Amino acid sequence: MSVPPYAPTAGEVSGGDEAGRLVRPFALTGGRTRPSRADFTLITTVTAVDPPPERTAWPQPEHGRILRLCARPVAVAELAAHLDLPVSVVVIMLCDLLEAGLITARPPRSVTGAHDLDLDLLQKVRDGLGRI
Amino acid sequence: MAGSDTAAPPAASAAAPDTVKILIAGGFGVGKTTMVGAVSEITPLRTEEPLTVAGLDVDDLKGIEEKRATTVALDFGRITIGDDLVLYLFGTPGQQRFWFMWNDLAIGALGAVVLIDVRRPESSFAAVDFFERRGIPFVVAVNGFHGVHPYPTEEIRESLALPESVPVVLCDARERASCRDVLIALIDRLIDEFTLRSASPG
Repeated sequence: MSVPPYAPTAGEVSGGDEAGRLVRPFALTGGRTRPSRADFTLITTVTAVDPPPERTAWPQPEHGRILRLCARPVAVAELAAHLDLPVSVVVIMLCDLLEAGLITARPPRSVTGAHDLDLDLLQKVRDGLGRI
Repeated sequence: MAGSDTAAPPAASAAAPDTVKILIAGGFGVGKTTMVGAVSEITPLRTEEPLTVAGLDVDDLKGIEEKRATTVALDFGRITIGDDLVLYLFGTPGQQRFWFMWNDLAIGALGAVVLIDVRRPESSFAAVDFFERRGIPFVVAVNGFHGVHPYPTEEIRESLALPESVPVVLCDARERASCRDVLIALIDRLIDEFTLRSASPG
């Protein structure tokens, strides 16, 4: 299945390229600009629960693209970059997929407010950096 | 390795890894994306976010009556620490002044590197202020133009009025080993702070 990208046609875009870039992605979300849940940060890891069905009537073809891209665990920021879409748009579509039970989301390691930093984690990062 | 464009980290298992992030900040053209690219295992990726800037008391916007839309771009890279842990490096955009409005960028970061160009250190002042005010641990990395470092670290520390607790390291943002050492300096600072905090009661 070859899915054409969301290339806007001349009639869809008013106000020139700049406005088109900003406005058009939210058409993918049906005009929603806020996620329905707060599960997704830039480095939340997303994994498809099962290999995506060959053909499903997604609200947008991008839902199918996301599922294919996260057949293996992938961070939200990486998904957005590969889809060439704003993170905020991708997050809204990820909410759809999570609510449909098609993906799992693993939150990042919590390091908020230094006190829940743990020494093991820091040492592990340090050792890993030492190897590159 | 650099040049790959695969979507998923090269984890042996399909289990999702833990993720952590470090921010690379500093003024425009100071070498942030260069640094990300030097240590990342993937070619730096870019993502852009539309922001609506409204109601801000910013000189640039005076006289503009409507809400203004802009985009903020992030370049980022990845370092796989192990099967179960991946470090992301986010280069904050230096050109736009609204990157701090990118929700979730600074939240949950291990810490930050503020890159400084010795020829125009003032371009990174805003980043230093940002992390100081938010209490996010950072190191200052001085990116030598062509690897040349005309000023000793102490002089730079003084000119930036940095406390002793903030490490200042000289680096060459083009070199992997040099950038790695900057990141290690940040982690060492975090380890030191952790150790100090554990040692002192209350």
